[in-house]
Amino acid sequence: MYAANYHKPSSLADAVAALASNEDAKVLAGGQTLLPTMKQHLAAPSDLVDIRGIDGMVGVSVDGDMLTIGAATTHAEVASSADVKAHIPALASLAEGIGDPAVRHMGTLGGSIANNDPAADYPSAVLGLGATVVTSKREIAADDFFDGMFATVLDEDEIITAVRFPKPAKAAYAKFPNPASRYAMAGVFVAQTGGGVRAAVTGAGSDGVFRHTGIEAALSSDFSPDAVDGVSVDAGDMLSDIHGDAAYRANLVKVMAKRAVAAAG
Amino acid sequence: MSDGIGARVKRKEDKRFITGKGKYTDDIRMENQAYAAFVRSPHAHAKVTGIDASAAEAMDGVIAVLNGAQLTGDGIGNIITGWAITSKDGSPMNIGAWSALATEKVRYVGDAVAVVIAETQAQARLAAEAVDVDYEELAPSVSTAKTLQDNQPLVHDEIANNLCFDWEIGDEAKTDAALSGAAHITEIELTNNRLSPNAMEPRAAIAVFDSAEDHYTLYTTSQNPHVARLVLSAFYNVAPEHKLRVIAPDVGGGFGSKIYIYPEEITCLWASMKTGRSVKWTADRSEAFMTDAHGRDHVTKARMGFDDTGKIVGFKVDTIANIGAYASLFATATPTYLYGTLLSGQYDIPAIYGNVKAVYTNTVPVDAYRGAGRPEATYLIERIVEKAAREMGRDVADLRRTNFIRAFPYQTQVLLAYDSGDFDTVLDMAQKAADVAGFPARKAEAASRGKLRGLGYSCFIEACGLAPSAAAGSLGAGVGLWESAEVRVNPVGTIEILTGTHSHGQGHETTFCQLASDRFGIPVENVSIVHGDTDKVQFGMGTYGSRSGPVGMSAVMKALDKVEAKVKKIVAHSLEASEDDIVIEGGEAKVAGTDKKMAWHEIGLAAYMAHNLPEGMEPGLKETSFFDPVNFSFPSGTFICEVEVDPETGVTQIVQFVAADDFGTIINPMIVEGQVHGGVTQGIGQALLEGVVYDDEGQLLTGSYMDYTMPRADDVPSYVIGHGCTPSPNNPLGLKGCGEAGAIGAPPAVINAIVDAIGTENIEMPATPQRVWAAIQATQMPVAAE
Repeated sequence: MYAANYHKPSSLADAVAALASNEDAKVLAGGQTLLPTMKQHLAAPSDLVDIRGIDGMVGVSVDGDMLTIGAATTHAEVASSADVKAHIPALASLAEGIGDPAVRHMGTLGGSIANNDPAADYPSAVLGLGATVVTSKREIAADDFFDGMFATVLDEDEIITAVRFPKPAKAAYAKFPNPASRYAMAGVFVAQTGGGVRAAVTGAGSDGVFRHTGIEAALSSDFSPDAVDGVSVDAGDMLSDIHGDAAYRANLVKVMAKRAVAAAG
Repeated sequence: MSDGIGARVKRKEDKRFITGKGKYTDDIRMENQAYAAFVRSPHAHAKVTGIDASAAEAMDGVIAVLNGAQLTGDGIGNIITGWAITSKDGSPMNIGAWSALATEKVRYVGDAVAVVIAETQAQARLAAEAVDVDYEELAPSVSTAKTLQDNQPLVHDEIANNLCFDWEIGDEAKTDAALSGAAHITEIELTNNRLSPNAMEPRAAIAVFDSAEDHYTLYTTSQNPHVARLVLSAFYNVAPEHKLRVIAPDVGGGFGSKIYIYPEEITCLWASMKTGRSVKWTADRSEAFMTDAHGRDHVTKARMGFDDTGKIVGFKVDTIANIGAYASLFATATPTYLYGTLLSGQYDIPAIYGNVKAVYTNTVPVDAYRGAGRPEATYLIERIVEKAAREMGRDVADLRRTNFIRAFPYQTQVLLAYDSGDFDTVLDMAQKAADVAGFPARKAEAASRGKLRGLGYSCFIEACGLAPSAAAGSLGAGVGLWESAEVRVNPVGTIEILTGTHSHGQGHETTFCQLASDRFGIPVENVSIVHGDTDKVQFGMGTYGSRSGPVGMSAVMKALDKVEAKVKKIVAHSLEASEDDIVIEGGEAKVAGTDKKMAWHEIGLAAYMAHNLPEGMEPGLKETSFFDPVNFSFPSGTFICEVEVDPETGVTQIVQFVAADDFGTIINPMIVEGQVHGGVTQGIGQALLEGVVYDDEGQLLTGSYMDYTMPRADDVPSYVIGHGCTPSPNNPLGLKGCGEAGAIGAPPAVINAIVDAIGTENIEMPATPQRVWAAIQATQMPVAAE
């Protein structure tokens, strides 16, 4: 690891200032991607701005049908939260299936979606539930937030503070893990929301997390596993690598969509 | 005696391992210690046209940057292969020069071209990045199947067609004749996938040069420290043997990968002399994937002929074996004398011919890995036999029984003579444990859930206990393969056993002690073993090929014989009895039929006090033995695997795995079962999960656990284990060896089960979900109902 300056601001304003005043600064939350990348000399930020000490960045709160999760809340905290389990059990179960216990106790919701790894689990939940990403500057609808593999619309000096999830009528997540890394090779989050049925796919798409309109249309008229059978998933939109080619991933998207719908009940 | 042979004694070494107190090479800190970091080629094949170390040399903490020209200039010899193979036309094998630090050319991604020695590991690594190497990239040859073709780039410019040797075994004319008259011929083409060994502890070394004594000490992660010293001294010219001490402390797994003497150890020794500093190097996991010798990597075509009763009449095999960029220590022996000689399997086959072409590619060297050649033979034989059974409409077990060898010793058509076995009984045992009779009902039940069930067999035999020295020598081995032991009874009666084998997870500290406990009836706590240090132990060939039991323990037994004989003389003299009447049991020596006896500690004391020894007897109680076996030992077994395949995703779940073995005598069933668990898990890893992938440019795509799939606990079932026992007649304990059986026997059982489940032979290892799904799609089987 190359040397980097470490900052641990206690306020959001200080964190934003630290980011803005150092050109190659990076936000550090759980560090589950950033630190290994730095250790391998694949990233070399000049400064690390640790946001975990900022008031209000951690925790779960409920306001009517809206669940708000602080950006620095760990996967383990989400997985074990009584509020999350009561309002959106699919989200608790997704968090429980991320990585391994060590990752879950360090990795954070905000870190995951800011990184937008194409095989990460959380982006599918944020997109699939039609959540709202709250930042130091603004509120961003999930449909506008993700911007392709490892990319979001966040500005360089913008920090995610929380994510607001509306409670769905039904939701579930099914993923097929990569045999080696156990990241999602295809993960599908389906939800019946106030805004209609949503189906977000992670792990499989060649451009990161995306909503599958064909699956959504089929489920809108019949929210059942069988409804997915007739849907066409285009292999041309899929990733291909040594673990699974595009045709296989396209198949997995359908199979995981069906299993998610079945699990949603 | 509860601690003796056959007892489930808990492992003595585990206290320190499970409390984090093991002492591995990286745990050792020397005075004046500096760190090495290697500058490695990012290209699979390139000319090295210049190395500019000036920027690196100017960096903080850098002591020296050393390169291959300096290394060869100092007389450090090229890295050798230990087994000379002669091609079928009588020509010697073609060996490409391998310098510990590459000079003119780099031949695989990770080939080292220079080393940085610095005050800290971080400084060394940063400086290694700053060494500016000019490469002139060359097209690489990467594919095992294609590297022999005329248009392929040459890994070593002087070696035509990248051919190391073209070797044969058996009788081709006889085999062709047998096949031409066969009633049925089964053909198969398969790949034995390339594996990364992944010992838990990465390789490491600390080299300590003492300029006052011109003496070197090397701490290293070795399975065979004496062989390392021999080779470092005799071939690499590091130092004469009496000026070189090699210590292999606790070693965290080897699986073959730590047999070899690698460029890094040689370089650290030399760099220690150059810099006057102790030089430490510890591989990180990325370096391990890139530079540890890989295993397997065969492409094979074979034909097996049968008469109209199902009796095998002939077996012809054509294999290309990839040895990577350079011929590593056992790389030439593995695809020949550890593979071709096992082509008869458990079957009476009257005509066999095997042809093996060993080839160079621009990939890391490939060498012996748990099983070494025998898994490749077993996978081939057991796949083709089951395929033949299906083609002929025969039950897969019955066809095997039709061909089982039943009379021992049995001379195969491929050099080896099997010592003992009872294949029918072990197969019976496995079938019963696997409830084969109940399989159709389980298959139907699985089908009702949309799942495909399959049952697969593997009846394997392997040659272990490497090896009779004369036989090995006649086949081209560069060393003898005997083993030595010294048994030291201390004056207080405690015992130290010095062995030339090496434990890197096998439990020698327990099982070797059980031998002495069994012999004299003393508690196992009163016995310890000494190993892994060339200054302490007389000599030894190390641990691989399941040789520690059949060869190493046999040496211990012979030394114990000598101790026992001397003890009887001492006791008879002291108690004024006849030697023949002395009985040693329960920790004391008694005169049979009397109440006269000596406690064990009194005997040790008597030997060392020497106040009253028989006339002419030397004081002390310490005996040495060198044991050279008369033959290999031949462990065998039947594995039966039952799988359930999800046709929607291609996921294979192993729902039952029965391992019935014949290891001959068993010293500690708990440790043997652990070896079977580990071996089968590695075999399942090969069958379902593991596979090294290089792209067409020779870049390693499986360079981390993100992409190389290691078996995890939830990938494997609870195993059902049974033991048959036909003791080996070739060693005093009747041992056969158990370290590799699981890895040898498991892969074909798993793949045969998948073939049975999905109804196509068209599946390669690793049978990943993607491959199984694609194979099912190709058969256009109806997808199971939701």
